[in-house]
Amino acid sequence: MVGITSYGAYIPFHRMERDAFYKEWGGIPMPGERSVANFDEDSVTMAMESAIDCMKGIDAKKVDGLFFATTTSPYKEKLCASIMATAFDMRRDIRTMDLTGTLRVGTTAIAAAIDAIKAGSAKSILVTTGETRMGAPAGDFEQSVGDGGAALLLGDNKVIATIEGSYSVSDEFSGMWRADGDAFIRAWEDRMVYDQGYSANLPEAISGLMKKYNLSPGDFAKVVYDAPLDVRRHARVAGALKFDAAQVQDPMFMNVGNTGSALAMMMLVAALEEANPGDKILFASYGNGADAFYLQVTPEIKKIKDRRGIKYHLDTKKTLNNYGTYLRWRKILTLERARRPEQAATSIVALWRDRRIILGLWGMKCKVCGTPQYTATPGIMGGGPPIRICVNCQAKDQFEDYCFLGKKAKIFSFTHDNLADSPDPPATVTVVDFEGGGRAAFDMTDRDPEDVKVGMPVELTFRKLYHDPARGIHNYYWKTRPIRG
Amino acid sequence: MESIKDKVAIVGMGCCKFGELWDKGANDIIIEAAYEAYEDAGIEPKDIQAAWVGTLNETAGVTLSEPLKLNRIPVTRVENYCATGHEALRNACFAVACGMYDIVLALGFEKLKDTGVGGLPVGRGMHPVLESRRTAPGTFAFIATRYFYTYGLSPEEGKRTIAKISVKSHHNGSLHPKAHFRREVTLEQVINAPHIVWPLGLFDCCPTTDGAACAILVRAEDARRFREDPIYIKGIGLSTNQSLPHFEPGIDWTGFEMNREAARQAYEQAGIKDPRKEISLAEVHDCFSITELINYEDLGFSPKGRAKEDIDAGTFTLEGDLPIQPDGGLKSFGHPIGASGVRMTYECYKQLQGKAELPQRQLKNARLALSHTLGGPPQVACVFITGNSLG
Repeated sequence: MVGITSYGAYIPFHRMERDAFYKEWGGIPMPGERSVANFDEDSVTMAMESAIDCMKGIDAKKVDGLFFATTTSPYKEKLCASIMATAFDMRRDIRTMDLTGTLRVGTTAIAAAIDAIKAGSAKSILVTTGETRMGAPAGDFEQSVGDGGAALLLGDNKVIATIEGSYSVSDEFSGMWRADGDAFIRAWEDRMVYDQGYSANLPEAISGLMKKYNLSPGDFAKVVYDAPLDVRRHARVAGALKFDAAQVQDPMFMNVGNTGSALAMMMLVAALEEANPGDKILFASYGNGADAFYLQVTPEIKKIKDRRGIKYHLDTKKTLNNYGTYLRWRKILTLERARRPEQAATSIVALWRDRRIILGLWGMKCKVCGTPQYTATPGIMGGGPPIRICVNCQAKDQFEDYCFLGKKAKIFSFTHDNLADSPDPPATVTVVDFEGGGRAAFDMTDRDPEDVKVGMPVELTFRKLYHDPARGIHNYYWKTRPIRG
Repeated sequence: MESIKDKVAIVGMGCCKFGELWDKGANDIIIEAAYEAYEDAGIEPKDIQAAWVGTLNETAGVTLSEPLKLNRIPVTRVENYCATGHEALRNACFAVACGMYDIVLALGFEKLKDTGVGGLPVGRGMHPVLESRRTAPGTFAFIATRYFYTYGLSPEEGKRTIAKISVKSHHNGSLHPKAHFRREVTLEQVINAPHIVWPLGLFDCCPTTDGAACAILVRAEDARRFREDPIYIKGIGLSTNQSLPHFEPGIDWTGFEMNREAARQAYEQAGIKDPRKEISLAEVHDCFSITELINYEDLGFSPKGRAKEDIDAGTFTLEGDLPIQPDGGLKSFGHPIGASGVRMTYECYKQLQGKAELPQRQLKNARLALSHTLGGPPQVACVFITGNSLG
């Protein structure tokens, strides 16, 4: 039995009403709202947050692979799966892979993971997606897309939903695309694009699956397939294939938007949150062809608790109806630079040497006096970490590794800095004390400055600290945020 | 003005392994050097009352306080281009000599490999127009061009002469366990090495290195409480030039007045009249082979314009009359800028104590040692003279 053993998802905190875009540009008003990633989020951070949700209570050392699927990777030649694997402190002898190229890359990654597990090459693989797809300003796409991510742990033990079968079709067609260097979605005339693309391929894959496994529309408790940018096409597929509206999983157009290659998995997580043992689930995704699977939910699903998944993230949100802020966060415009020193040059060797400290929040605990300490401030060239002499008792080299991830923290002190060069001023900076000991400073995100108080409990979230443009390096780190909820 | 002679002693020193230390941060090399020095001096970290840290790439005294967790004592970061390490020692010397502190620490370090820059950096921020083409080897190459021209050396003769210096230094470095490069090179290899800045080839240039070295200093009168063989400071000279040499009319670029002045100050304090006869060993600034050559002359070891004779005669080899760079020098040991002045002193200290690691490296009857750094384009020179007995 091979299938899904855990799930997680992530929707950014902020939403923009589509009306805000209409007020800016005119055109035809569209209903609902879309999720907007903060300036410090990207496909990697959202995939990481989804993966953190998925991996709750699970020993990362037992995971044999991490596949990252996206069409909006920050890098062309630098693995992002390894960033996340290091943050989780996974083993070295695992399969890491970044997959891209199509909107159905999430399901492609799932198929690859399942095949590997069935073949005995791995016993568990984490597949995670994140997407920050963009439409050009003043167009429909800008409003229809959303940002988000989802993660599935696949394995052969304690499976909550088996993956019983699959069917894929491949299709050569540039209906919607982005070429190397394109920031915004390109498309041909939409009726043609959907008629020859989505509306032709997705039903072909779904019917192909049903025929192969002798299934009828009524067999499925839930029918989960992603929508294209024109969400009306979604319901038409159901009609054509004779699914009941009640079976069809909501594509979340009204409250998230089209999250590209992450959408299908996000919808599946939403479905699993409500699923019951015995349910058959149809799961499919479109993109230059289509992938279809059918799943069988097992009694193990009842054991999955405390996942934030989709519902929790849908319910916890803040409205951002400022188009200028949207442009600023997405870096669509060139803005006046602050009169501040340039960010320190990234030293790759320092980043490499300190990767567990930075990505995994590993510090030290003194074996002599028991004081947990995170790290000293690195010098200009990253000279500080790791700690070798105890700040409390001066014992030398008598430490054990101590991980600060997952430790509760409270704000010790904070400020809102309007001088610091920030894409979203003021920059809120927090000094936090960890439960059990240890202190560190982090930027704070997803917060209303007015709500920030000494003693406020905070959680750590994985974010992009800054992009070093001179070197093309994306620096990831943790920030604090008010406990979301 | 007073002389520093016999007022200050070094009672402990440490030096980490120099090299391309990717997996060590600044804190690791600082801890390695300092803890070796504490142990050598037989003291506890908390005995240190003040400290000086020499480094180009980091700022502020906490650069040292943090890794060592120094207990809220005064710590100053100093910098003077390639003379930075000596500068840290110099300030530490004055602190105990004047009686303000009893035990102090001076440490020099650099994590050059963390910058991702190949070749030596140029030190100060450069004028975007007037200095845009300046590189460290480039500046010293001007000296070579001018020296060959002035003293009638053909390009081949000139290159051969400076190549002998590198051969000598690499041989010496191969004998030191902590050196960056421990490989001998032949004369042909040096002469035929890839061109860096004419006439300097790859083996005429010191490497880019990570490293740290540390000294613990006390007043001379207290030294024997710590050990039987303290090393005494005999003279310190420091001189800075008034102009970027490239824009100074009239100077001949085959030697530098500020270099000679630093030596004069140190020799006067130490009471040295004939450096070539009285100095037992020297570590001179050999960022590039040509630099070492002109230092022979500026420091008074060779007569002006005649260094080639001494080089050909092997005067400055380990077996010669006046061994220079017995540990391989910057060329072979490496040049983590802030550390170098202290590392040179470490070699002098160990040789003078008879503790030079391997018997084939140990110089006999060493009495007075000289270390010298030359920084910038060049614009600052420092000379330290140490000895193993009072008087």
